[in-house]
This record gives sequence, structure tokens and C-alpha cells, in this order.
Amino acid sequence: MIEAIGLTKRYGAKTAVYNLSFQVRPGVVTGFLGPNGSGKSTTMRMILGLDRPTAGSVTIGGHPFPQLPNAPRQVGALLDAKAVHGGRSARNHLLSLAQLAGIPAQRVDEVLGVVGLQEVARQRSKGFSLGMGQRLGIAAALLGDPQVLLFDEPVNGLDPEGILWVRNLMRKLASEGRTVFVSSHLMSEMALTADHLIVIGRGQLLADMPVREFIAANSAGFARVRTPEGEPEQREKLTAALTEAGGQVLSEPDGALRVAGLPLPRISDLAHGADVRLWELSPHQASLEEAYMRLTQGAVDYRSTDDRLAHLQAPPQPGQPGYGQPPQPVIPEVPQQGWYAPPPPGQNPYASPQPSDTPKDAR
Amino acid sequence: MAAASAVLRSEWTKIRTVSSTVWTLASALLVTVAMSAALCALMRSTFDDLSEVERATFDPTFVSFSGMMLGQLAMVVFGVLVVGTEYSSGMIRTSLAAVPQRAAFLFSKIAVAGALALAVGLATSFLSFFLGQALLGEHRTSIGEENVLRAVVGGGLYMGLIAIFSMGVAAMLRSSTLSLGILVPFFFLISQILSAVPKAKEVARYFPDQAGSRIMQVVPDALGSEKAPYGPWGGLGIMLVWVAAALLGGWLVLKRRDA
Repeated sequence: MIEAIGLTKRYGAKTAVYNLSFQVRPGVVTGFLGPNGSGKSTTMRMILGLDRPTAGSVTIGGHPFPQLPNAPRQVGALLDAKAVHGGRSARNHLLSLAQLAGIPAQRVDEVLGVVGLQEVARQRSKGFSLGMGQRLGIAAALLGDPQVLLFDEPVNGLDPEGILWVRNLMRKLASEGRTVFVSSHLMSEMALTADHLIVIGRGQLLADMPVREFIAANSAGFARVRTPEGEPEQREKLTAALTEAGGQVLSEPDGALRVAGLPLPRISDLAHGADVRLWELSPHQASLEEAYMRLTQGAVDYRSTDDRLAHLQAPPQPGQPGYGQPPQPVIPEVPQQGWYAPPPPGQNPYASPQPSDTPKDAR
Repeated sequence: MAAASAVLRSEWTKIRTVSSTVWTLASALLVTVAMSAALCALMRSTFDDLSEVERATFDPTFVSFSGMMLGQLAMVVFGVLVVGTEYSSGMIRTSLAAVPQRAAFLFSKIAVAGALALAVGLATSFLSFFLGQALLGEHRTSIGEENVLRAVVGGGLYMGLIAIFSMGVAAMLRSSTLSLGILVPFFFLISQILSAVPKAKEVARYFPDQAGSRIMQVVPDALGSEKAPYGPWGGLGIMLVWVAAALLGGWLVLKRRDA
């Protein structure tokens, strides 16, 4: 169990972490979520006693990390996949860590097998890809068979197969009763891996709740309804009927309707009553990613702006060929999660615009 | 608390599994021995051209260590890299997460690397001495002469202490590049130049390398060099003070700063 109380870290004038209190319990995977620069790594470093908190404290199993007896056997951590001397082989790197905790060398070969690095165990880690580095870091964390595991962005740089492996590993470790604390900036990843979420932004606690609760609290359900193509009067009729029945109806870019506040059977009944045929009626959840973005909106440190290339491009001259703005293909808003009906043949919104759509000046 | 022997063993694994250890220590030995041998051969052939004073204070032992001026730089590089690569690679965070007792971590590392540097230093000084004496011909001395053994062992101590001093400096500066950028010019240029400048040499003789190298002289004020206000062991003591200060500084930095 990891327990933080009023954890605060300031670097000069910048406050990286402010008054953070949370508990990470054994037996579940706890996701630690936040945008870049929100203080996740700083918090992880404070848990491991690498950074000293400006105020507050954090303990593992009731002890501050530096006072833990034989720390490597109790706590395993992956902080930075590249934090390895590049000239040392993977096996020797792990061996030096194993010797610290009195772990026999056979265990090194064992964890190398667990993370799938036995083939490259004797190669210098300099040549490792980011994904291989992550695996080596995970191996180091598993070395002492610890009860508490911390992983800072473990899926960075892993291929889909590796991501799935990490996900299953975390769940397995937690199911064995261990405390597993995993940081990530990817909500979608955490939704699949974690049971509990701790969300921070700008170093402050934004949410601390089970994933299920987070989803329920932060995502609103809605229905997607589509009426037959080419019959706008049907669509208008249905919109009127649904609005009258108390639903909120929004129009989606591809002509479908997004209906909130009415259960699906009721929508179907209303459509039937209004004598409108439906081509689609499907349930949707606003994605967790959207909920997370909404939550952290005010807390994003690094926000990108449009690259306008204002000084690189000559201003478009009307009538001149070549420099006109090409027509922007309409990209429909696609729900992040769930399933929706494919468009009828010949109207695939993902297909590139037909040649006949291209204006003359762009050719 | 990780047992001290466990930390020592781990540090030994770390040191022996990087190739920079072999390269730096091998070049410390080879450069010193080769350059000392070359200068001994040169001295022998040009002995008659030396000035009266230089001939009177000719110190065959000290001459056979003259390659150390260059060889010590490899020792500096070894010392800096042992500590500095922990920082440059980020390994320091993995290490300290495994050994939360920072003093145990730092001093185990320095103990292992320092012992290795001392061993290589001693091998270097003995090799340099015997090869140098063989090349000096009739001007040679022998290991049985008064104070000669002290000078030869002292040469090994000097090499080892230079490496340990560099480790302390690297721990203070937390960067290989910065440490090398300061230590190499200091030992190779600044110390040598200042020791030739009239007023500055009063200060320069208290520098770690100037003071420490006294132990390698058998004849006091060998080859017409300046009189020093301390003896061979006093000089080594001054060097030890420098080394202790560097280690203390390195430990304080490691203790206070976030990793």
C-alpha cells in the first residue's frame, strides 16, 4: 500500500505537485493519469525517495522508502526505460541490481525470459529500441518479486503485442495481491488496464475513484439515429417528435442524429408513431478519452496551436493555378468507442473526394 | 538496508561490465609506462647535457615516473566516468531506488573503483620503475636503495588518489562532460603552467597533483625543482585532504539533491 499525504514539490517558483493525497491499495491496478508535465513522474520519484518532497510525506507499507528494509525485495520500479548504462549488457545490468538485494543470478535469467529478452540478454543495451528498453525496465522491476510495483509509462514505445502483454502482466500482478501503480497519459489504455484511477493535472488531484465510477460519472450515453438518405422531411419529422418527447437532438456531420435523454426503445416507438423509417439506431457512450480531456482541460501545460505556416507560404493569389486552398474533405465525427453502421456503398466518408468534386484551380 | 557486501558486489559487477573501465585503466598503465620509458632512454643519452644542479639532484626514480603526467589523465577519465555515467545514463535513479542509503551507494562505488585504480596504479608504478631503471643504464638506482620503495609505492598511491579525487569531483558536478572539462585542463595545463609562474607557484604547490607527486621523489627537490615547504608524506597528506574534501562535497551533493 502506498500512501501520500499532502505531497507537495516545488522547483523554484514552479510547483510541480501540490497537496496530493491518495492511497494505492493492493490487489488492484491503480492507474495514475495526467497530461504531460502534470507531475506524475515527480510523484513517482518522491514515492521512491529520489526527490525530497517540499511538504507532506509518502510511505510504502507505512515506511518512508529510504527506511524500508531491503527495498529492492519490497518495491520494484520502472521509472525511465533509458536509464541504463548503454555499454552494459541487459543481463549484466540486471545482475548488478540483483546482487544489491541478494537475489541469485538464476532469477536474472528468469525475468529475462518473462519479458522476452533472453535472445538479446548479452547485447549492449545501447542498441535497444524503446520497446526493448521498456521490457528491460520491467524486468528490473520484477527482479525482487516485490509486493509493490511502480511503472512510469510502461507502454511507451511498445508494439500492440507488447501493450497487450503489459496490460495482462499488470492485471496478473494485481490479482496476486500486489500493489500496482501505473502512470500513463493515455486514458484509453488505463480504461482497459486499471481498476482504480488517480487523475492529476498541474500537480493537483482531479479524481480518485474506481474506473467504473469514473466512466459512469464522466461519460454521458446517447443514441445515434439515422433516417433514410435523401428524405430530409423524414429527418425533420423525427427531430420534431423526439424534441417534443423531451430528447436533446443534435445533428451529426454525416446527417445522422445524436439523441440524448431518451432510451433507445422510446426513440424507436416515437419513430414508429411518427411513421419514420430508421436506418440506424445504436447506443453510444461518450468516450473516456473525451471525459478525461474535459477533466484536464484547464490543466494542460503544453497546448498545441495550429501551424499556420504564415511566413513560409506565399499568400494565395486568386485565379492563379496551384496555390489555391485544396478543398478540405469533410471528416465526419466518428464516435471514439463502439460501433456504428457503415455508410451505404458509394458514400464512404473516408474515401478521397471524387475527381468531379475537385475545383478547377486545384488541378 | 542493503548489506554493504551486496552493494560492493553490485558495484564491482557494474565496473567490470563496461568497456570504458578496461580502456581507461589500460591506457593509464600503457601511456605512463611507455612515456616514462621513452623519457628514461632520452635522459640517459642526454645526461651529459644536463646542468650542474640537475646532475647533482638527478633522481632516477622520479625520472622513471615522468610519464605519469600524461597517464594520470586516463585515471582522471576513469574516475569521472565511473561516477558520471550514472548521471548521464539516468542509471542513478535505478541505483538509488535499489539502494536508498545514498552514502552506502556512493562510498561503495568509490571503494570498489578506488581499490581498482590503486591496484592498477601500483602495477603501473612498479612497471614504470623497473623498465625505466633498465633503460637508464649507469644512472640507474635499485629498489633496495633508501626511500626508493617508498617512492614507487607512492607513485601507485598517487595514481589511485587522482582517480578517487576525480570521482569526488564528478559526484559534486553530477556530469561527466563538465567534470572532464574542468579536471583535464586543470591537471594537464593549469597546474603545470602555474607551477612555472613566480608568484602563482607558491599556491600551485598546494594543488593535489603538485603536492602528491612529491612522494615519488627520492632526492629532495629533484632535478633542480623548487624547494617545497613539506616533505614527501606531507605532500601526500595535502593530496589526501583534497581527496577527502572532494568526497565530502560529492556526498553532500548526493545527499541533498534530488536524483
